[in-house]
Amino acid sequence: MILFELIPYDLLRVVWWLLLGVLLIGFAATDGFDMGVGALLPFVGKSDVERRVAINTVGPVWEGNQVWFILGGGAIFAAWPPLYAVSFSGFYLAMFAVLAALILRPVAFKYRSKRPSQGWRNGWDWALFVGGAVPALIFGVAVGNVLQGVPFHLTADLMPMYDGPFWWKFLALLNPFALLCGVVSLTMLLTHGAAWLALKAEGPVAERARAIGSVTGLVMVIGYVLAGVWLALGIEGYAFVNEAVADGPSNPLYSEVVRTGTWLTAYADRPWIAIAPALAIFGTLMAVKGLRSNGEVSSLLFSKLAIFGAISSVGLTMFPFILPSSKDANSSLTVWDSSSSHQTLFIMLVCTIIFLPIVLAYTAWVYKVLWGKVTEKDVTDNSESVY
Amino acid sequence: MELDVVELSRLQFAMTALYHFLFVPLTLGLSVLVAIMETVYVMTSRPIWRQMTKFWGTLFGINFVLGVATGITMEFQFGMNWSYYSHYVGDIFGAPLAIEGLMAFFLEATFVGLFFFGWDKLSKIQHLVVAWLVALGSNFSALWILIANGWMQNPVGAVFNPETMRMEMDSFFEVMFNEVAQAKFVHTVSAGYVTAAAFVLGVSAWYLLKGRHIELARRSITVAASFGLASALSVVVLGDESGYSATHTQRMKLAAMEGMWETHSAPAPFTAIGFPDQEARETHYAIQIPWAMGLIGTRSLNKDIPGIDQLVEESEVRIRNGLVAYAALVQIREERAETPQLVRDTFEATGGDLGYAFLLKRYVDDPLQATEEQIKAAAWDTVPTVWPLFWSFRVMVAIGFSLIIGMAYFFYRSSFKGQSYPRWALRLALVMLPLPWIAAELGWFVAEYGRQPWTVDGVLPTAMSVSHLSVADLLITLVGFVVFYSVLFVIEMGLMLKYIKKGPYIDDKEVAEWNAVHQKRMGQPIAEASPAALPAE
Ligand code: HDD
Ligand code: HEM
Ligand code: HEM
Repeated sequence: MILFELIPYDLLRVVWWLLLGVLLIGFAATDGFDMGVGALLPFVGKSDVERRVAINTVGPVWEGNQVWFILGGGAIFAAWPPLYAVSFSGFYLAMFAVLAALILRPVAFKYRSKRPSQGWRNGWDWALFVGGAVPALIFGVAVGNVLQGVPFHLTADLMPMYDGPFWWKFLALLNPFALLCGVVSLTMLLTHGAAWLALKAEGPVAERARAIGSVTGLVMVIGYVLAGVWLALGIEGYAFVNEAVADGPSNPLYSEVVRTGTWLTAYADRPWIAIAPALAIFGTLMAVKGLRSNGEVSSLLFSKLAIFGAISSVGLTMFPFILPSSKDANSSLTVWDSSSSHQTLFIMLVCTIIFLPIVLAYTAWVYKVLWGKVTEKDVTDNSESVY
Repeated sequence: MELDVVELSRLQFAMTALYHFLFVPLTLGLSVLVAIMETVYVMTSRPIWRQMTKFWGTLFGINFVLGVATGITMEFQFGMNWSYYSHYVGDIFGAPLAIEGLMAFFLEATFVGLFFFGWDKLSKIQHLVVAWLVALGSNFSALWILIANGWMQNPVGAVFNPETMRMEMDSFFEVMFNEVAQAKFVHTVSAGYVTAAAFVLGVSAWYLLKGRHIELARRSITVAASFGLASALSVVVLGDESGYSATHTQRMKLAAMEGMWETHSAPAPFTAIGFPDQEARETHYAIQIPWAMGLIGTRSLNKDIPGIDQLVEESEVRIRNGLVAYAALVQIREERAETPQLVRDTFEATGGDLGYAFLLKRYVDDPLQATEEQIKAAAWDTVPTVWPLFWSFRVMVAIGFSLIIGMAYFFYRSSFKGQSYPRWALRLALVMLPLPWIAAELGWFVAEYGRQPWTVDGVLPTAMSVSHLSVADLLITLVGFVVFYSVLFVIEMGLMLKYIKKGPYIDDKEVAEWNAVHQKRMGQPIAEASPAALPAE
């Protein structure tokens, strides 16, 4: 027997589906607050020093946090190649917008305070705002579109194809349901950013963050519930007619799929998954409560819990579908037919088991070293060396 | 060149990759140089070395961040613009990319924040460890990305699976220890080290010319010259290794780099200079060094190195073989489990040449309908345009040798001539500053353009690798990148120059105090601003 056959293929696929969730949640729970801080920047900081306080709360850590995102991309490529191929090219212009925002962000952090001119700094503050708000919005819009199905089909060579003129592909992404999902994800990360600022900043910056966060948290809950109702009433789900073989070859065309019923039948089949949306709502409400009552640490942790609930609710609702096709249901990508080979999944799992704990350990150490609030005095005393 | 999706995707990839690689080599080398300087600081406690670490560290940071920003583009671009490629080889190619994130990016990105923000929060030793971890992280990143790239040049350890219509991993071990990847890693990392050495040397020489920051410049030159000499030697010696591995893995690339149209009886001569002519299929005015090519390429005097004509004939055979494989594949796909064993055996025997049948897709939708002329034309498509490869390679090599001479000179002056440098040499150091960048960009051009028409050598043609996009999609992103990247470049250069002009922050009082204490301990004066530190003449 070969080593990798120790773990059955179908189990590995489920593990990698879980790990995909871990990466997305890890990204939103860490880089999410960096983005939130960026998007809040014009509102929490009125003077240059105040803005520098806000920026320096994430100054030493955003770079490491961003790797969650990069690793997310790499892991999709390695573990779910068809998903990487279809989604990155299918959302082409939206991806480009995300990319532009994500290129601006690192540069803005690093270069903003390297020149004293106010015009220069204001410009970069806008870049930080865009770098935080645009990806946060687009990620939600993308989830909204995935839930409705994406218009692609696979040829016999398994080449992904899309239909319609190019600008239409971009505009069609911005439909009402998707925009609602965008608002949910934006407010979720704004709340997260506010919780971070409440913990790491002082004075007016922290005050304003608390005030804003307690509003965005409520908007997030309302939007999330609304999206759930919409999903129940207005959007068709997907189901197998001819179930894919769970440990068969990764060829999406081997199974037969139809659009039918609603996604929410998942909650009838697997009632326990209701815990995910419950956590999303409960976590956000508790985070808001913490923001209102100076519960600094707890509001950040509850906001992370909410992110965990919200992201896993999408995954659990759709399981085993990952990227359904609105054009040709049979082309839909599912957990059983769009993964890497048995061996690759195994090798990647071994690497993850070795390296992820190491990463988590040193990341925790870095956060410990940096523990404590960033004050206006810190910024003015170290004006040359901090952001 | 017509502007179709394939050409535009290539252009965009080439542009963004070459741009990314403007920042990469400096990151690779400077992270190590900075860590070396900090090590000296920790060992000697001399404040000047901490100030050097901080100064070069600031420049490192300005450069690093653009490396990060443009790297994100690279990571996305495979899925955005090369989606069939991503599907076809993601099973193998994605793994090193993901491991790179896990093992390298996390390391460098997590600790780079602490490097800049941790001076007051960490002990000396802790901070030193952080500096080394950043350097280690960026070098690991080069290792894994070059394993990925090396696989595209020499796709070992993988098999085609007709059911999933893609390449799948057969041996991770072979992918990891691919000889091409190993040769590439050492060559590219040394190239990064030379780049940083030339950068530190150039900037310091400028300070000496201006008579500023002499303390810092003198010491920096000493570090840069010794580090630079070692790495320049290693670039050249290990560049030869890349060439040697190309003789058995990528023979067409090698033949094109050398402008070798016909197989020469062993041992082949090396064409030092000449004018390759694609139409006439010969190299005019060639100046040849007898035997040299045979020695470099085969390390023997009796093995042949095949020329382009012979390789095209081989390609034609492989295309015909590939057509047999393609016919079998179509049948396997239709009949799945019911496929007769005979057909499976046929595929087993010829599947290695399947990629060659795909070359015909440029001419006909169904390769099985291809005419004789089309097969012949496709065989000739396997020859990349020779003259750009021929010249790029020679310029890179010339730069490699000049860098050895330059570094050796500065090493000699710094070690044996009391760190005094004639003004002409300092000016020369300024001229030397951009050379490694030129060589590195040309090197990538040789490696990647020489691989055409394949994205994965012999497996997947470039024309088939692209996404189903419109020309308008690509024009939007291409223009976006050009505008965006140009603006960022101007801003980056502006900041670099500003911080170089501003120079290091030297706390004179701290230095004087340290010197006073140290002088007492050693009982002899230290040659602080001795005349030897000043430019000669
Ligand atoms: C030989 C070295 C080398 C090569 C060929 C490449 N890179 Fe690179 N990359 C680096 C060496 C490097 C680096 C030195 O490690 C960088 C430069 C600045 C930095 O932060 O790390 C980096 C940064 C960097 C980042 C940002 C990492 C972070 O946030 O820390 C990404 C996502 C990529 N790269 C991805 C790629 C991809 C997908 C490439 C292939 C086409 C590629 N790079 C070619
Ligand atoms: C940063 C360093 C790199 C540089 C400067 C570079 C340069 C280039 C250039 C000039 C081309 C265009 C060739 C042509 O179309 O004529 C190209 C194409 C390409 N390279 Fe690289 N490359 C780099 C790294 C990589 C790496 C590490 C990979 C893979 C891991 C890679 C994968 C590709 C792919 C997929 C294409 C497009 C297909 C093609 O045109 O061949 N490149 N690169
Ligand atoms: C005598 C000197 C040199 C020789 C013989 C040499 C040889 C080579 C060869 C044969 C390749 C192509 C590898 C392939 O086909 O994949 C290559 C690529 C490359 N070279 Fe050089 N080179 C020399 C000097 C330099 C210098 C001075 C630099 C930069 C400072 C440099 C940077 C690169 C880079 C970045 C690549 C692309 C990555 C790779 O393929 O390894 N080279 N070199």
